[in-house]
Amino acid sequence: MSWMSTDVLLAITVGVLKAIVILLAAVLSGAFLTVIERRLLGLWQDRYGPNRVGIFGSGQLIADMIKIFFKEDWIPPFADRKLFVLAPAIAFASLLLSFLVIPITPGWGVADLNIGILFFFAMAGINVYAVLFGGYASANKYALIGAMRASAQTLSYEVFIGLSLMGVVAMTGSFNMRDIVNGQEGLWYIVPQFFGFLTFLIAGVAVTHRAPFDQPEAEQEIADGYHVEYSSMKFGMFFIGEYVGIVLVSALLTTLFMGGWHGPLLPPIVWFLLKTSFFVMLFVLARAALPRPRYDRVMQFGWKFCLPLTLINLLVTGVVVLLTA
Amino acid sequence: MDLAAQLAQNWSVGVFIVAVLALCTFMVTASALLGGRAWGHNKETPYESGIVPAGSAHQRFSVKFYMVAMLFVIFDVEALYLFGWAISIRETGWTGLIGATIFIFILLAGLIYDSRVGALDWVPKRRVQPDRVHQPAQRDQADN
Repeated sequence: MSWMSTDVLLAITVGVLKAIVILLAAVLSGAFLTVIERRLLGLWQDRYGPNRVGIFGSGQLIADMIKIFFKEDWIPPFADRKLFVLAPAIAFASLLLSFLVIPITPGWGVADLNIGILFFFAMAGINVYAVLFGGYASANKYALIGAMRASAQTLSYEVFIGLSLMGVVAMTGSFNMRDIVNGQEGLWYIVPQFFGFLTFLIAGVAVTHRAPFDQPEAEQEIADGYHVEYSSMKFGMFFIGEYVGIVLVSALLTTLFMGGWHGPLLPPIVWFLLKTSFFVMLFVLARAALPRPRYDRVMQFGWKFCLPLTLINLLVTGVVVLLTA
Repeated sequence: MDLAAQLAQNWSVGVFIVAVLALCTFMVTASALLGGRAWGHNKETPYESGIVPAGSAHQRFSVKFYMVAMLFVIFDVEALYLFGWAISIRETGWTGLIGATIFIFILLAGLIYDSRVGALDWVPKRRVQPDRVHQPAQRDQADN
């Protein structure tokens, strides 16, 4: 078969179009989440939230985008220019790139990588640099302290984010996300890997700096943390990047623990979207309902509780896998 | 995977990465071009909640952050060895499990050691200061 034949070109075109659709869906869901979150928080706090632009506030996102694009793009003269511009791009791109490995339905998904999960770890690792660069380059005390806090917290929770998923990998015998989803046809991994699920959920919240793990941005203590000097769309990229991170972690939770697209009656895409939106709502609810713990407690919880728990979980999983093999 | 599917996947990954980078570039440059420009007396100063900035922002910070970095390197690299075991759990069998058990218990022992020497406490509860530790006892004796 020649690779320039019509069916090959057709396959390439379809694949590329699918990739672009997935990318746009990821960005748009992250962007819409900025509005949906404010609206939900409002409703849960007995107020309306943004409801003026368009029907029930549906046009709020467009208004926000127009506004933020026309804001002054101020790069502080005392800042390290290159790192200052690079940081929001890394924050935005690194988590967005992780959508490469997520299998959405049997037919949809950008790449079928054999190292699927490891690719996500790599991108989550790169995401730390965004915060570190942003905080350091801003040459601002709040930003520096916020960046230090954020990177220390993210690193502490990234130690066991990998270990928490190794139970799933051990049960499937593969890093490939598609194999993992197919391995859950009978029983979702949330049942045998419940502790893995819990620790991954906690680590996912911590890695995306969401409440209750939002010490890096604790507004009462350090103004806005690492992005205090950012304005215009550069701030917007940090902002949307955070929501893209939420969607990503929710999609990963769905894929790894909740059976991905598997489910009765409804088509696969609907199941995937339903499960993912459930976790997204859980993220917002956590922000609405939980207070922010003290920073030292957060660090201790990660090192002294979650890390040993994941290690023991992996060991027990290993024994069970070998006993049933 | 046949040739067509392989090629399609390579192209979609490439286009995905290029599209993400293009989107980033667009967002950074578009706001730089579209945004207005304003001038103010004290605009070009770092934000410190409204007061005049005091000193350089590149200052020293707590040594605990270096400690976290070191602990991260130690434990994350050792976690990587467990990744290798987790993927090959069926191939290595019980021999592999015994090895992994020993390895995990060494890791846990290291974690308990770190915890006992106070490396994981953000604020050490008891700083080693003998005179302060003994002070309450002496006061008790005096009261009696």
